[in-house]
Amino acid sequence: MALLRIAEVTKEFGGLKALREVSMHLDEGEIVSLIGPNGAGKTTLFNCITGTMPPNRGSVRFLDEEIVGLPPHEVARRGISRTFQHIRVFGQMSVLENVMVGRDFKGRTGIFSALLRPPRVGLEEADNRKHCVEVMSLFGERLLPRLNQPARELSYANRRRVEIARALASGPKLILLDEPTAGMNPHETQQVVDLIRLIRDRGHSVLVIEHKMKVVMTVSDRIVVLDHGEKIAEGPPGAIATDPTVIHAYMGGRRRAQAD
Amino acid sequence: MSFVKSVLAHSPVLLIIAIFAGVPPFFTNMYHLQVLVFIGIYAILALSLNLLNGYVGLLSIGHAAFYAIGAYASAKLSIELGLPWVLALAGAGAVSGLFGYLIAKPTLRLSGIYLTLVTLGFNMILFLVLQNWMSFTNGPLGIMDIPPPSLFGCVVSSRLQYYYLILALVLATVFSMHRLMTCRFGRALTAIRENELAAEATGVNTTRYKVQAFVLSAFYAGIAGSFYAHFVKYISPDSFTINESFILLAMLAFGGQGNLIGPVVGAAALILIPEIFRPLQEYRMFVYGGVLIVMMLVRRQGLLGGRSFRLRLTRFDPAPAGVYARGDKFLPEG
Repeated sequence: MALLRIAEVTKEFGGLKALREVSMHLDEGEIVSLIGPNGAGKTTLFNCITGTMPPNRGSVRFLDEEIVGLPPHEVARRGISRTFQHIRVFGQMSVLENVMVGRDFKGRTGIFSALLRPPRVGLEEADNRKHCVEVMSLFGERLLPRLNQPARELSYANRRRVEIARALASGPKLILLDEPTAGMNPHETQQVVDLIRLIRDRGHSVLVIEHKMKVVMTVSDRIVVLDHGEKIAEGPPGAIATDPTVIHAYMGGRRRAQAD
Repeated sequence: MSFVKSVLAHSPVLLIIAIFAGVPPFFTNMYHLQVLVFIGIYAILALSLNLLNGYVGLLSIGHAAFYAIGAYASAKLSIELGLPWVLALAGAGAVSGLFGYLIAKPTLRLSGIYLTLVTLGFNMILFLVLQNWMSFTNGPLGIMDIPPPSLFGCVVSSRLQYYYLILALVLATVFSMHRLMTCRFGRALTAIRENELAAEATGVNTTRYKVQAFVLSAFYAGIAGSFYAHFVKYISPDSFTINESFILLAMLAFGGQGNLIGPVVGAAALILIPEIFRPLQEYRMFVYGGVLIVMMLVRRQGLLGGRSFRLRLTRFDPAPAGVYARGDKFLPEG
């Protein structure tokens, strides 16, 4: 059974069809890349999945349940978390707090227990902290020494890492990464590639939007190509690299594609 | 002695509390105590507004409405129903919180300036209702002879007793807000302020938290209103105009928002400035305005804005995040 099954999703902005009847699926434990030229509808598809912008038509089924129409926080609770193309960390909060917010929906502390502080609250906080620190240890020395720094003081790459850690904190079944290597140097990019594999090995499935072909070709189990809101190709990296429609979409009709 | 030292080292807040508790009894001038009491009232109001403006980032510019509701509710409860003060206080908070809920629930679909306009409109409407609903609020004549607070049979009568009462209320406000803000609840509110879209996508039910913050904020304002009613013993709609709301906003702008110290400092400063410059008579408002303008030019975030203070209330604060030695393995707590 597919973990995520998107069927004929259409999203219109006024007269513009950002997505036209896109269908795809993602199995448990898979790394699927979503590629396509700018404006192809990749981020829109993410928004349709997470409920940020529900599609006009079509269905998105996660764990065999329809999730179209659920508010984003509910989708997150079901086990889909995401990062953003433009970094959206909570700037004034510390790195640790940022990541803890990612797991907070698992907690039960409300207003009254916050005021009265039964022992459960302390345990919940400690447990949350422990998990978050464990998640951040995936990034080696990058985040752990900066736990109490405000996130806005971090470097660009580290803020991306905070975002990924926040998305991982709740232990989601599926994580959507929107251009995780944007603005990173080759070395950092390679670390992200390793990280994506590591994430998969920890039992999360990954759907990733990526522009760097080297990353896409090395990390993906399967690639889905969007162009002008339509799915034009889908398949393993080797097949996509030589697919004439994909080459046409990217290169504008030239015969030769460069995989890199 | 070392115990005292360690307490002080951990919590400079305790020292400040000790000063506030220990010094005022030596005041001989009742007027000074009166000013201190008003600072206390406005500190609670500014803190309650800070919950919305500072933590959640919802701009409410009609906060005096909840102050008014608390004052009128408390007056009505203790005069008409003869409730003891403690119940009237709690009732005032509850009624005010209820109104907060009624306002927040439908309007939080709005965002930014539209929500702000609703709060402004609510303040204006409430003022007109208080002014014209003769049978209930006695209109512009106001409600007189509100009984003084009594605790365990002791009637609060002297200025000093009122001072200690408001000091206790301010401390209760600060401590309870501190507890709210140093756990899941506070993180969610701050996350909404920092980036609502990301907060929603990470599982924070933003609407629910915003409503809760609104209710809490109204609750605290209602408590302040109740104290005001029982302190001055007379309330009229004139005390709860839009002007009052703007004074609260100015306090946040001056002291800084987003932490629990800034609003208190802002309240103290903006109450003190007109009092200190009283000899200048009507020109003192120039000083008041001038100070605000200078503050905006020199330090836009307010005196203590834009940072978070650890109040270091040791027993309640979360443990330090763990020890990390570079090049070493990460050592979890303990």
